[in-house]
Amino acid sequence: MTVCLNGEEVAKKIGDAFPNSIDIADKATIIAKSEYLYQIAEFLKNNSDLKFDYLANQVAVDYMDYFEVVYNLVSLEYNHSLTLKVRCNDRENPTLPSVVSLWRTADYQEREIYDLMGITFTGHPNLKRLFLWEGFPGHPQRRDYL
Amino acid sequence: MAIKTEPFILNMGPQHPSTHGVFRMRVTLDGEVIVDVEPVIGYLHRGIEKLAEGRTYTQNIPLTDRMDYLASMTNNQAYVTAVEKLAGIQVPERAEYLRIIMAELMRIASHLMGVGFFLNDLGALMTPVLYMWREREKILDLFDMLCGQRLTYNYMRIGGVSHDIPEEFLSALKRFIAEMPGFTDEYDQLLAENEILLVRTKGVGILPKDLAINTGASGPVLRASGVKWDIRRADPYSIYDRFDFDIPTADSGDCYDRYWIKIQEIRQSTRILEQAVAQLPEGDICADVPQLIRPPVGEVYSRIEAPKGELGYYLVSDNSIAPYRFHVRPTELINLTALRDMSIGWKIADLIIIFGSIDVCLGEIDR
Amino acid sequence: MEIERPKIISSYEIDLAEVERITQLKEKAEKSVIPDPDAWIDEELRRGIGLTTVDAVLDWARSRSIFPLMFGLACCAFEMIGTAASRFDIARWGMDIFRWSPRQADLMIVAGTLTWKMAPAVKRIYDQMAEPKWVIAMGACAISGGTFRESYSVVPGINRIIPVDVYVPGCPPRPEGLIYGITKIHKKITQDSLKRAKT
Repeated sequence: MTVCLNGEEVAKKIGDAFPNSIDIADKATIIAKSEYLYQIAEFLKNNSDLKFDYLANQVAVDYMDYFEVVYNLVSLEYNHSLTLKVRCNDRENPTLPSVVSLWRTADYQEREIYDLMGITFTGHPNLKRLFLWEGFPGHPQRRDYL
Repeated sequence: MAIKTEPFILNMGPQHPSTHGVFRMRVTLDGEVIVDVEPVIGYLHRGIEKLAEGRTYTQNIPLTDRMDYLASMTNNQAYVTAVEKLAGIQVPERAEYLRIIMAELMRIASHLMGVGFFLNDLGALMTPVLYMWREREKILDLFDMLCGQRLTYNYMRIGGVSHDIPEEFLSALKRFIAEMPGFTDEYDQLLAENEILLVRTKGVGILPKDLAINTGASGPVLRASGVKWDIRRADPYSIYDRFDFDIPTADSGDCYDRYWIKIQEIRQSTRILEQAVAQLPEGDICADVPQLIRPPVGEVYSRIEAPKGELGYYLVSDNSIAPYRFHVRPTELINLTALRDMSIGWKIADLIIIFGSIDVCLGEIDR
Repeated sequence: MEIERPKIISSYEIDLAEVERITQLKEKAEKSVIPDPDAWIDEELRRGIGLTTVDAVLDWARSRSIFPLMFGLACCAFEMIGTAASRFDIARWGMDIFRWSPRQADLMIVAGTLTWKMAPAVKRIYDQMAEPKWVIAMGACAISGGTFRESYSVVPGINRIIPVDVYVPGCPPRPEGLIYGITKIHKKITQDSLKRAKT
């Protein structure tokens, strides 16, 4: 059985390495600050107890006040999983750091989020629209697109 | 005297015999050797995730059928498993067994199609497809007997399944299970030692193990690269922990291994079917669930082992009759991330085979 | 001898050219529907009198040896392949070779959902087919957009882009249904005028 790691314990480990980088940590998820996203992701991947080498899923949700990007991480070696989230409050021009250099799975998933939600990922080698054509007006997956 | 050469871009357009659907590739070639591959997708983007926010949870089940249209039963199963996890619904025993029987039959049908069209790309034209279609038609007859549809079944419901099996179903299924190993041996005999298949696929399009894990591959593509990871074993859902089956893995990660694993998985699925039919209990086929279901506020990420890989659903609910966010983790889009690395340095004919061995279905890539 | 070589176009310029084609087609197609070619119905009345034997033989021969163009877009494509497979053999009606090139085909079976991004490709392939040509719209998505009609990227029916002769309903239609549609095409071809003018 894949064990869901307790968010509070992992948050303590992250807090030792990068103090003051986590907003909320409860039993199920960890919500990190967007400036520290890349460092936390690198720590989670390379730490020998955690070793999250497989990014199973990356999705963006539009709660009208903020955008939230969810990363579902899995470790194939230890068979445990964790949910990492990041929030972005800017509505006009949201940006987040890209994790493509850590997990190449994020390549197409970040392009899809850029296409349908409008969040720009800095550091992505080829960020252009995936499903819709250039010049399509708007970002359809947002809750205020009709 | 040196000849001046320069690379040129070839467009393998959306309408093409070997692209398994509307898929476009821009290939940069130096002579006939590939320098760069750029997939262009979106020609079948129907906006399913946006449409699903305007329909109730039960109305979304036919919408999920049409994503990976070669394996509709497992699409249904992934979605209803996610909703049941979100709402905390318990599924009766008989419904679980019926779901597993349908999912394994679907796995056999999907792998038959995957192997058949892979051999079609190799140049064996329609002969292997027609041989494998013969078995697939038997499976489609079983599904037709059960729910009236041949391709997009809409069979599973939140809390169980929609129809109980008629009396003729079990005897037809037992006959199918008895004949299937004989057919799998027939395919092995025709194909496994075939010289052309061996020369053209062994060593072609190798996906090394760390690249497979890093690009998030799953299903037969990951297992062919040497990682023994199958969600039915690693994170069992439904009642898969009661059955006895092996997980075939291979170690080189070339096209031949991806083909070989599919044939072995057909054998393992037949084993699971035998055990499930022997243990099938009596009982209800669906839990008592309200017509318009309102799960409590929360979110869930749940995944199953679909024939093509790890199919996951991420659902967010805000206690209303329709989901707030409906997202599918697209198995095949993520498997496709490694296409460029696997095909640089090979020729165009090899590109077609490498793409065929990943076994894509454009409905799920584009959603 | 210096040979003039064309300059290499970048990937971005190819994308922009595609965008222009899509937006031009979308503006024209969103407003109106292309009417179905139904001139053959008047022809049926006129044919009662003075039908030449040559006309009848040519029409019969043309209808019994159609080359279909494989244009499977989505799920309906698999029922189309199923119709061509050994159980519901379409070779019984002389249509066993599915051509992939539009220059060699007469009948275009559009099976599956059409999106705005794919629409210029459909129009171009239809234009590349030689006269006389016919179109079957197979499945609910090709007829009217189907279950995806309200979506932002789906064309509500292929008759906005190309004229359609026969509509085969279903989601997906069974192979028997597609075969019935093909027999209707045969009936239409035998009753269509030899000197039909196309605009």
